[in-house]
Amino acid sequence: MTTLTTSAAAAQPAGVASRGPRPAARVPRGRAILYWIATHALAVALSLMFVGPLVFVALTAVMSNDQALTGDLWPRTWNWSNFADVFARSQLLSWLGNTFLYAGLGTAFMLLSSIPVAYAMARFRFRGRKLAFLAVITMMMLPPQVVAVPVYLIWARLDLTGTLWPLILPMLFGDAFSIFLLRQFLVSIPREYTEAAKVDGCSDFRTLVRVILPMARPAIAAVGLFQFFYCWNDYYGPLLYAHTNEANWTLSLGLASFRALHSVQWNLTMAATLLVMAPVIIVFFFAQKVFIEGVTLTGVKG
Amino acid sequence: MSTVHAAPPRWRRGEGLKALLWMSPWLVGFAVFFAYPLAATVYFSFYRYDLFTLEFIGLDNYRYFLVDDRAWASIKNTLWLVVLMVPAQVLFGLGVAWLLTRLKSGVGFFRTVFYLPSLIPVVAGTVSFVFLLNPSGPLNQFIELFGIAAPDWFGDKDWSKPSLTMLAMWGIGNTMMIFLAALLDVPKHLYEAAAIDGAGAWRQFRSITLPTISPVLMFSTVTGVIYALQYFTQAMIASRVAAGVTDSPGSSFVPGYPELSTLTLAQWLFHVGFRDFSMGYACVLALLLFAFSTVFTLILLRRFRAFDEGGDR
Repeated sequence: MTTLTTSAAAAQPAGVASRGPRPAARVPRGRAILYWIATHALAVALSLMFVGPLVFVALTAVMSNDQALTGDLWPRTWNWSNFADVFARSQLLSWLGNTFLYAGLGTAFMLLSSIPVAYAMARFRFRGRKLAFLAVITMMMLPPQVVAVPVYLIWARLDLTGTLWPLILPMLFGDAFSIFLLRQFLVSIPREYTEAAKVDGCSDFRTLVRVILPMARPAIAAVGLFQFFYCWNDYYGPLLYAHTNEANWTLSLGLASFRALHSVQWNLTMAATLLVMAPVIIVFFFAQKVFIEGVTLTGVKG
Repeated sequence: MSTVHAAPPRWRRGEGLKALLWMSPWLVGFAVFFAYPLAATVYFSFYRYDLFTLEFIGLDNYRYFLVDDRAWASIKNTLWLVVLMVPAQVLFGLGVAWLLTRLKSGVGFFRTVFYLPSLIPVVAGTVSFVFLLNPSGPLNQFIELFGIAAPDWFGDKDWSKPSLTMLAMWGIGNTMMIFLAALLDVPKHLYEAAAIDGAGAWRQFRSITLPTISPVLMFSTVTGVIYALQYFTQAMIASRVAAGVTDSPGSSFVPGYPELSTLTLAQWLFHVGFRDFSMGYACVLALLLFAFSTVFTLILLRRFRAFDEGGDR
């Protein structure tokens, strides 16, 4: 800091002496315009990079199979029937149903089990709460593959491999990442609210439902959306448990095998890809705020 | 505070019991899906187990690991991702976030556009990239306009990991949002003071921005490394789609196409355990993954010390 101030003090008189007030005002403005152009040009270039792949996917999805192999950018003929073909040739609707089952039940179960745990960790005073929080962080950090073998054996013994239940049922026992995020949010709610409720004679459960939940709505929405999207996109889990039984495939599993199952038809593969992406993009445009607040929540308190 | 101290220990025990009750679902989950499996992984690592017969073989699984070329190839690939892909992701995310703070207009629009790809289902995004980067695909057509010989991205063992890195940089949204929030949190008056003192843009970044955002930098790096250690889906899909192979029941596809260049530790563990059903040996690889993730987490946590518990309030 000291070196900064001395150099600035030395530079300042020189600047004042050499420039009159007018050019001093004009130079920054010219520079500001250049700066505006440079930053926006960069942003536009980046936008093309980010959106370009999606546009190519969409355009290829309506090309004929011959044209899709050429690397052309614009479809010569618009083959809207490709989308109907995807539905006709694959189990897309069944995959969609399974994905909804996994994501929907998974999210509902996770919220049901994780909210009370997060509340207890954020509010109750008890010995070992730091240890419990550390356990949550450890569980969150641990790659799922580390315990994959014994966990698989549990589900094999229960005869549930080949279904999606080994992915849904554990959500009844809390999800570490969601507990972590919810706890971080709940800790930031001033204790006065819960104490006031207690004075009014509210039980812990009533306090949670009536006082805390309405205040924690943004965090709950974010955690729920994250969980839903995690399940929706999950490939590892369904591959581990459901791949032997095609009737229980999810969109991720189906799409992963689509190109090989349909003898390298890129146009249909891209049409299927677009159909898988579309719901996510639509949800994002409606729930953008929840996402952005939620992502910020994960980082700020980290 | 004094009232808390004055409260009798019985009150405390009461809350402890209550906490135990409220947390019971998770405690069961912790025991069944974490503590027991972790212990069982150690146990099985000394056995040969194929779902039918269980046979004690001492350290044989560990000995086999030392001569398993594919395990070593997978470790090398995984470390490549940790050392090159994670920094590329973090720096790119920071750069894009920084650009957003410099924009005078259209911030909301650009933010949405930059964030969008990170939401695209991983399988769909990976399949798209394999198509875009196929030898006669749009990107190579574009590159060849300039008379440069374009690489065979996902089909070339030297380009497959850089291609996966490009895919990772495309989905930078979450990292970018976290950095954006952190950058906007830096008090403006600090920059103003530094500007008056004559600090240039780089100096301002090093002396003001970097120290303020370092906890967030830590968070992104830790999560990035942990994520890279379990890197699975993108590599699996890319190699499978590029090679044109399904994972239908019964098909025997060794992952890592081309030439094991995309084989990660998590993939090899999966293949050994759930395709070859060498569950005992898979547990050795699992313990290795556990050791790696623990070491990386501890190194990074100690370095930045930002995971100190925030206490209550």
